[in-house]
Amino acid sequence: MDKIVALGIDVGSTTVKMVGVNASGDFEWNYLEGSDPRVEDQVDSFLQRFRTETGMTDSVPLVATGYGRKLVGQAEKIVTEITCHAKGVFKQLGHGGTLIDIGGQDSKVIIIGEEGQVVDFAMNDKCAAGTGRFLENTAGRLRVPLDQMGEVAIAARDEVAISSTCTVFAESEIISLIAHGVKVEPILKGLHRSLIIRVVAMVRSIGLIPPLMLSGGVVKNPAIRKMIEEESGEPVILPEQPQLMGAYGAALIAQKIAVG
Amino acid sequence: MSIRAKAESLWNVDILGKNVLAFQRWQAERRPFKSSKWRTDILAEPLRIGARTKELIGLHYLEGRYANGHRPVAWVTSGGPVEILQALGYYVLYPENHGALCGTRRAVVDISTEAENAGYSRDICSYARTDIGSMLSGKTPVGKLPKPDLLLACTNICQTVLSWYRVLAKHFNVPLILIDTPFVYKEAPQHALDYVQKQLEDSIPTSEKVAGKKLEYKKLQQTLQLSKDATELWLEIMGRGKHRPSPISVFDQFIHMAPIVEMRGERVTVDFYARMLKELDERIEKGIGAVKNERKRLLWDNLPIWYRLRYFAEYLGERGISVVASTYTNAWGELAPLIDVNKPLESMAKTYIYPILNRGTQYKLDTMRRMIDEFHLDGAILHSDRSCKPYSIGQVDQRNRLIKEYGVQALLLEADHDDPRAFAEEQVAARLAAFVEMLED
Ligand code: SF4
Repeated sequence: MDKIVALGIDVGSTTVKMVGVNASGDFEWNYLEGSDPRVEDQVDSFLQRFRTETGMTDSVPLVATGYGRKLVGQAEKIVTEITCHAKGVFKQLGHGGTLIDIGGQDSKVIIIGEEGQVVDFAMNDKCAAGTGRFLENTAGRLRVPLDQMGEVAIAARDEVAISSTCTVFAESEIISLIAHGVKVEPILKGLHRSLIIRVVAMVRSIGLIPPLMLSGGVVKNPAIRKMIEEESGEPVILPEQPQLMGAYGAALIAQKIAVG
Repeated sequence: MSIRAKAESLWNVDILGKNVLAFQRWQAERRPFKSSKWRTDILAEPLRIGARTKELIGLHYLEGRYANGHRPVAWVTSGGPVEILQALGYYVLYPENHGALCGTRRAVVDISTEAENAGYSRDICSYARTDIGSMLSGKTPVGKLPKPDLLLACTNICQTVLSWYRVLAKHFNVPLILIDTPFVYKEAPQHALDYVQKQLEDSIPTSEKVAGKKLEYKKLQQTLQLSKDATELWLEIMGRGKHRPSPISVFDQFIHMAPIVEMRGERVTVDFYARMLKELDERIEKGIGAVKNERKRLLWDNLPIWYRLRYFAEYLGERGISVVASTYTNAWGELAPLIDVNKPLESMAKTYIYPILNRGTQYKLDTMRRMIDEFHLDGAILHSDRSCKPYSIGQVDQRNRLIKEYGVQALLLEADHDDPRAFAEEQVAARLAAFVEMLED
């Protein structure tokens, strides 16, 4: 392992991720765990783990991003997820385009320019429909474990349309569908479709510049990628560790501070 | 006319109020500026003219308080052709301006709830809700509003005013003059101008009847001249924003625009703006910028967010960003050249048909582009105002086109000009932070 010169941390609504990079900005180390409401303590324990696992004792600059970024007292700088995701993805994939990031609490579309700069962005953080929370909430009703939702949805042959755009009303709609004897699989597929249609509409609203890329924790769900491709008509490129792109981008900004 | 009302007004306004306000202003002007609240580390000290703004507006509302009974009172929409009324000696009240004042004083939720409880939907413009709430409950941060003897609504800003003023007319049981201004796509056709002029002419007998006197043509000309002079000065003031660093930000403009809205045809307004212009020129000479470390310059589109002016000024100022031009404040100056005192009614028809909100969305886009060039701007914040549909329509396209065709950064920010319940703290902060990073990158 090369010497780690900088760290980035992404304090998200469901998970916290930390990434360490070397002097050339390559990915060297990372750690991820569920979010703890005591943010500063959790960051301390991350730093402790970093030192134990890598044997490094020098202090290195830390940049924080994510929902809880303002609570990271240890950070030298705080930067929004928009900039961090763009930086991380650009460094890893080497090109600009349109990046979709579906998080637990919001979703974003970021247009990345040819030099990795943010050209434009759109966010949905006012309504749970269009975010990971939409699936989490509604799938809970169907008793399908979160990590299997995608497979179940893809495997479904039929699909029912979910007409409610609101998460709460979608839940009532599911209850009535179940009451009418509709199977779980087509409902789940319809729920995914409803989420993706919203996300793709957001992409269209600011104008898709290919290629289309995807980051964030929801990417682990294979139906998301597949349906974005279906709805947008564009192939979707994934970075290697989509969930860590925010923390990676933060680490890259910290690396700039470290090497000056 | 009641002698008692006249005497009360003489005592409370002309003798007491005027002098107390002038004394307070005199004191404020002499005191060296000190405030723990104002961020002098990032912003220039407030403009000295602020003491006069306070005096002028204070006096205006004080006059209003004692107007009923000895002076005709008219309530007028912000884009209303007010000069005829002023020439007839009316005390003119602008409910929208009062609404803005309620916004800066954080009184809107309380007052608007009165209207909502009476059945007015929260989807109605927050100015209308605040005004109706105030009408129903008597609540206002200025003490007391005078009752109207006449209402004047002009549709050159929106159609909301049409229904709003009908509600007022029914409640107060007073005549309503309606000036209907056909929408202008490119150029206003002659028949549309004639139509507006005819309505202006037709409004005179009613206005005269309520005022109890005849309109003097000379007086109308004088009022128009004062209106033109003040408007031209305002236009020049805004133009000073072209300097780097800009001596004035739009947040200053939002505060100091009150007289141009509600006291357009008065002598004091002309003097006030002449003085303000002088102060700005002094700033330019000394190289003082409204934002101390001006690095980036922005445009503001749509109404201000009245209850958050300081938040925006400080957040952006801290990052060296000065917002130096706005389509909103510009609307009160851009029509000055159309006023012609030798053709009062004809030129008024023109002036009042051409406000930005009565024109196609292309015109607004063109205005923004012109400002980007003339003011050397790096980007734009487009406030998507939940209340003001005519101002907000087209903003998604306008924003996209500013970015794609004009290569500047642009942010659409959803809020409401008066109702803080439509302002999502975290979401606004998240977008603003990402936008600022984009500007700096
Ligand atoms: S809708 Fe817009 S133009 Fe009409 S009164 Fe409200 S803020 Fe003014």
